[in-house]
Amino acid sequence: MAPSLEEPTQVDLSAPLKNAPKLVAPEPEHCPGPESEQAGTADNCAGCPNQKLCASAPKGPDPDIPLITQRLSSVRHKILVLSGKGGVGKSTFSSLLSQAFAHNPNLTVGLMDTDICGPSIPKMMGVEEETIHVSGEGWEPVWVQDNLGVMSVQFMLPDRDAAVIWRGAKKNGLIKKFLMEVRWGETDVLVVDTPPGTSDEHLSVNSFLKSSGVDGAVLVSTPQEVSLLDVRKEIDFCRKAGIRILGLVENMSGFVCPGCKHESQIFRASTGGGRKLAKDEGIPFLGAVPLDPRIGQACDYGESFLDAFPDSPACAAIKGVVRRVGVEMGLEGDVLGED
Amino acid sequence: MPLENINNIVLVLSGKGGVGKSSITTQLALTLSLQGHSVGVLDIDLTGPSIPRFFGIEESKVRQAPGGWIPVPVHDRQTLSHSTANTNGTHSENGAEKEGGREIGPLSCMSLGFILANRKDAVIWRGPKKTAMVRQFLTDVLWPQLDYLLIDTPPGTSDEHISLLETLLKHTSPSPSSVAPHLAGAVVVTTPQAISVSDVKKELNFCKKTGVRVLGVVENMAGYVCPNCSECTHVFSKGGGKAMAEEFGVPFLGSVPLDPLFVVLVEEGTRPVYPKGTVIGGKTLAEREEIVEEGSKEGILVDKYRDCSLATLFDDIVRNLVEDIRSRDLGA
Repeated sequence: MAPSLEEPTQVDLSAPLKNAPKLVAPEPEHCPGPESEQAGTADNCAGCPNQKLCASAPKGPDPDIPLITQRLSSVRHKILVLSGKGGVGKSTFSSLLSQAFAHNPNLTVGLMDTDICGPSIPKMMGVEEETIHVSGEGWEPVWVQDNLGVMSVQFMLPDRDAAVIWRGAKKNGLIKKFLMEVRWGETDVLVVDTPPGTSDEHLSVNSFLKSSGVDGAVLVSTPQEVSLLDVRKEIDFCRKAGIRILGLVENMSGFVCPGCKHESQIFRASTGGGRKLAKDEGIPFLGAVPLDPRIGQACDYGESFLDAFPDSPACAAIKGVVRRVGVEMGLEGDVLGED
Repeated sequence: MPLENINNIVLVLSGKGGVGKSSITTQLALTLSLQGHSVGVLDIDLTGPSIPRFFGIEESKVRQAPGGWIPVPVHDRQTLSHSTANTNGTHSENGAEKEGGREIGPLSCMSLGFILANRKDAVIWRGPKKTAMVRQFLTDVLWPQLDYLLIDTPPGTSDEHISLLETLLKHTSPSPSSVAPHLAGAVVVTTPQAISVSDVKKELNFCKKTGVRVLGVVENMAGYVCPNCSECTHVFSKGGGKAMAEEFGVPFLGSVPLDPLFVVLVEEGTRPVYPKGTVIGGKTLAEREEIVEEGSKEGILVDKYRDCSLATLFDDIVRNLVEDIRSRDLGA
């Protein structure tokens, strides 16, 4: 039989989650999700070996969600950093954002890395060799400085080059564990870095954090259409999932030759770049950050670019973007604590 | 049986996103076609398919036939005229060049992008649905007779990759035989900086664990030549890909610099025109025999790509790859 050309059905984003039962067989293609309200009773469940299990599992919201909400009740603001496209600088921007916030001595900042297959945050923050400390009260984040804590799956891997070959369901379990177990304590801002795409990790983070409240999402893109194409999908995702979009950052926008100071566009914005996309979609444009090879180098060595090159144009651009994020979040005063 | 028309399957992998998997896949496909092979490209990046954009066929839709999907054709087997070929001047004798022009192989693509009704729509799927789609892509696409099928993957080592390998290992043979298609191996893409290399190392370990042969490592975005002063800046550091290939004992296929004109070719379909005397990989680009109007959008993608500085580099990379895969064929 020829395969159907019908547009595939998408996940129901507003359905409340319940605790997923232990499955006896892999979920079938049109599975409504073992944690959904219709688990075991939907039309697609007929004939599935898991049907009985799913149907008999207790309905009602996942009992762990109140635990997550309680755990995160001491975290005042939560920001997601999203992009449909990989390698546009989500992790770089997440680390810069948290470093900039942490510049303000009055703020305590957390940075959580939910990219399980390719965690970059520990390396960028210079804490690659650290491991998690487990206490009776939960897992302690790794503190980079007095007011900046970091959490990543990398800290739990015995071998940092080992591939984490996990399917979605297992990744969701780990993200949940992260949110339930990590002891952030009194934190002003929690920055959540995500992997590229619109799939398991994003759905989980969204549903687990919904009841504890997310301030919104910062979208990152590079100027060329190939990247903007995927970011449009991410905007669609945010709208469907009811996540507020704080704004769009254009990264790697323009490159100034260190030799002759000529500015050229490596990734040319043939369709108007991030600025036009933001305007078309009616979301705030937070700013454009130029491509500076020193940002990449600082990330490779786990240093803070903002501390190392405070006078560079890229640094000024980043600070501008962070201030805009602060304004969009409704933070009082100058978030960088510089005034 | 699925995949029965295919001789060799090559995966394009990277642990890191945005390092240029799709860009490298595109150029491998164009170069294979330029060398006369018939090529198919399968895009299994479901949440961010870029292949339709790269080949300039975003508007195309997949057609349905009894028994499966018909992939979207990019170009048919045809003969390109000599006149515009300038970058491959040094190689024209040993290519598929014939009297009166160069014969190129047919090229077709399959991607989820061809199925979605609206390019803005997010594909919000959990693992099982992605698994089913990947399986369907591998079993229900009616490929024509292909010398090479390139499979472009999303970043990471998760659902798509597990399903891909599970299905492929079931339907292919690691050594070439007449019965099943041959899973030749994987081309692994990285950028030079340490952040990317550390993710890509995970991908090499993934290949090791699943028993997929690594055909080699391509280092992308290695250096950017300022169009004003011709100074090369290592925007994303340098040398990381080569060092990684050595550490893992896999072949290093080459470094590919950033070429803004390739981006413009893909984004706008403009034929690349370089200033006189541009040096790429130690070779001066040959003078164009016939002056083409600057910014011309005439011609098919593969023809325009011949004028791109990267075409020469890829000609070498692909020649080595093909030779490597063939020598395995003979050895087995």
